[in-house]
Amino acid sequence: MAEEATVKIYRGDNESGEMVEYKIPLVPGMVVLDAVHTAQAMQAPDLAVRWNCKAGKCGSCSGEVNGKPKLMCMDRMDKYPDGEPITIRPMKSFRVLKDLACDVSWNYEVNKQIPAFKMQDTGGEEPKFSQEEADRVQEFRKCIECFLCQNVCHVLREHDKKEEFGGPRFFVRAAGLEMHPLDDENRLGLLKDELGLGYCNITKCCTEVCPESITITDNAIIPLKERVVDEFYDPVKKLLRIVFPK
Amino acid sequence: MDKYQTFEYDVIVVGAGGAGLRAAIEASAGGAKTALVCKSLLGKAHTVMAEGGVAAALHNVDTRDDWKVHFRDTMKGGKFLNQWRMAQLHAQEAPDRVRELEEWGAVFDRTKDGRMLQRNFGGHTYPRLAHVGDRTGLEMIRTLQDKGVHAGIDVHMECTIRSILKDGERVAGCFGYQRESGRFVVFRAKSVVLATGGIGRCWEITSNSWEYTADGHAMAMWAGADLIDMEFVQFHPTGMVWPPSVKGTLITEGVRGEGGVLLNSEGERFMFDNVPEMFQGDYAETQEEATQWVQEVIAGKQATVRRPPELLTRDVVARAIRKEVRAGRGSPHGGVFLDIASRRSAEEIKKKLPSMYHQFKELADVDITTDPMEVGPTCHYMMGGIRVDPETQQSTMPGLFAAGESAGGMHGSNRLGGNSLSDLLVFGKRAGEHAAKYASETNSIGEINADEVQRVAGESLKPFDDSDGENPYTVHEELRTVMQNLVGIVRTDEDLRSALGEFEELRERAAKVKVDGNIQFNPGWHLALDLKNMLDISEAVTRAALERTESRGGHTREDHPGSDDEWGKVNNIVRQTDSGIGVFREPLSEMPDELRQLLNSE
Repeated sequence: MAEEATVKIYRGDNESGEMVEYKIPLVPGMVVLDAVHTAQAMQAPDLAVRWNCKAGKCGSCSGEVNGKPKLMCMDRMDKYPDGEPITIRPMKSFRVLKDLACDVSWNYEVNKQIPAFKMQDTGGEEPKFSQEEADRVQEFRKCIECFLCQNVCHVLREHDKKEEFGGPRFFVRAAGLEMHPLDDENRLGLLKDELGLGYCNITKCCTEVCPESITITDNAIIPLKERVVDEFYDPVKKLLRIVFPK
Repeated sequence: MDKYQTFEYDVIVVGAGGAGLRAAIEASAGGAKTALVCKSLLGKAHTVMAEGGVAAALHNVDTRDDWKVHFRDTMKGGKFLNQWRMAQLHAQEAPDRVRELEEWGAVFDRTKDGRMLQRNFGGHTYPRLAHVGDRTGLEMIRTLQDKGVHAGIDVHMECTIRSILKDGERVAGCFGYQRESGRFVVFRAKSVVLATGGIGRCWEITSNSWEYTADGHAMAMWAGADLIDMEFVQFHPTGMVWPPSVKGTLITEGVRGEGGVLLNSEGERFMFDNVPEMFQGDYAETQEEATQWVQEVIAGKQATVRRPPELLTRDVVARAIRKEVRAGRGSPHGGVFLDIASRRSAEEIKKKLPSMYHQFKELADVDITTDPMEVGPTCHYMMGGIRVDPETQQSTMPGLFAAGESAGGMHGSNRLGGNSLSDLLVFGKRAGEHAAKYASETNSIGEINADEVQRVAGESLKPFDDSDGENPYTVHEELRTVMQNLVGIVRTDEDLRSALGEFEELRERAAKVKVDGNIQFNPGWHLALDLKNMLDISEAVTRAALERTESRGGHTREDHPGSDDEWGKVNNIVRQTDSGIGVFREPLSEMPDELRQLLNSE
């Protein structure tokens, strides 16, 4: 193992900035977040970076390492070739506040639009469902809100459709609610209209970057698309709606 | 600095982990105009890292369980120093608080008949922890967060509160800064709930994140409120020890709950030789008995034999590990071995402990389904905290409430695993309810003392003026080393006194650290300000530890190795006085006979 690594970290805000080079002494097992912290402690105390758990559980330290979306706390330095500088940038799809910290507040606004869980009337009985039923939604509830899926989704990254599109994170959240065995709410209209589910053309970029290995496209988005089709485009249902308007 | 934003609420909750979120939800439900202020983004608080489960006597798995057994286990775990009324309320109300989460959409693991599954944990007589694999905290915080966003609460993210503002002897609000812009902000409020978590960043090896800088503990003490049990710090027995990058990162007690065993370098299960007198007869005495217990539990049966000694309370296990390492029977990197690979199938391990599997695979190159983990103690939890009234969670200062880790008393000298998540729910709710009630019974909001705001604002900006001071990171690292070496798991009079000397010097250096850059999102500046909290609370811990000349729970004195019955009758109260941080003894409150009998029944 080399004794020293070179990292180039973005320093600046949304308007202007530059890649600044830091030499970092390597220690065994070091992750990219450690390198950022070392730079911060030794050379750049005002370097902005978010982190909390440092164990892949909180989703705070998302960034782009050598152009790839990563949780920096789970990204080992020894995976990168010796001697070549490692570049560390903030997520591209969000406005940069400072250095590696982005403005992710839009995500919190989207979340507010999604109606909360509504428990079915169990008639006073203890709610019961099987582990198999739990497994299905627990996959979605593993999400740590790192927003890497939002960062790579082309609808947001290339087309910046934040006004019309909720993004994979919130399709996963909606799926976790819609597929909960005891939920009594319907979010399909919201998904179709306000959250723009139809914009997703299932390129699976989100699934590829998910650090929790949630099968976002296949298990969350496609089943939701099917439900939306059944609800709004089924010819029999459409006929019934014409004959029996609400 | 003249310009600061001002907000006005009935109730301000500081901290958005489980306790803060639960308090804010309840305060808002009680009709109070409520705001939640947190240092990180919403949903990233330390609760997210809780792994093993939430303790509640639901008796879904073992019908012999009830609140009385939970109460007894909690008191025994705390070596009877707990505020008995808190332990009682906690045991009685935890089941309802957990069921409520399910009504709000939480998806816990299930029993075969579709109810909430419960797992075994250290010090709990029966399987009691409702859980979601090993990511229970994430499930809890997300459930509370999603409930909270529809509860009409204003959330101020990435905002650090620096001091409590007073009007005479009562609360008038609090003062802080927005982390992103660096702008100062004043929150006026009739009541303030501190739910700021712990103090682990004072130690070198810790499972705690950057947020755990003793903010609530320090602000309450500065404002004149009492702290209690400050000598009791929990070192979790199983932190990662290798590689250096992850030293201190938590390994859930759930590994042992699922059958994992602790081994020294000679392959011995040393916990059999480390059962304290108080727990004699409660734990398996042979490997066969321990194995039978695991098999029965895995099969979903009620255990007919005693549990393995690996499931002793955390204070006991942490000390035993330290002893093995000191005796030269440690693992290559200075820990011991925790083995689940030889006990459960690879498939079961991945299903029940997915994030442990992932964490070791990615960060330590260890496959826990085939190889043992190396583990050692890591500073994890603060039993001590703001002294509160058990029913209302009000501190000794009118209008100031506390809940969760920042409050003290519930856990006595040692906390049982799983009792923290339930503590957050039970006392978060109570704090929110009573903070709202206090606000509704208070006619006028307290006046803000502009001079005081001016003073704190000026003090906050001072590090930008000190051009010849040193780097705040250096001072912080030195404080952590002092606490690790002199105020760690095992303490002596001599070490504690030299720690006090070190604080004097560090305080002088902290007062003139230098900060580069400007006020916008500047971690160096933020740390420079946090140093004061950490230094004062490190001193509070050290003074309380110096005073207690016995060993009990999370406080072990090498020079006073046994427990002392006289010390078993008093709590240490820490209070800011004119002459500095003082420690005062106070007798435990009298426990009613019916509860006392519960402690004696076996």
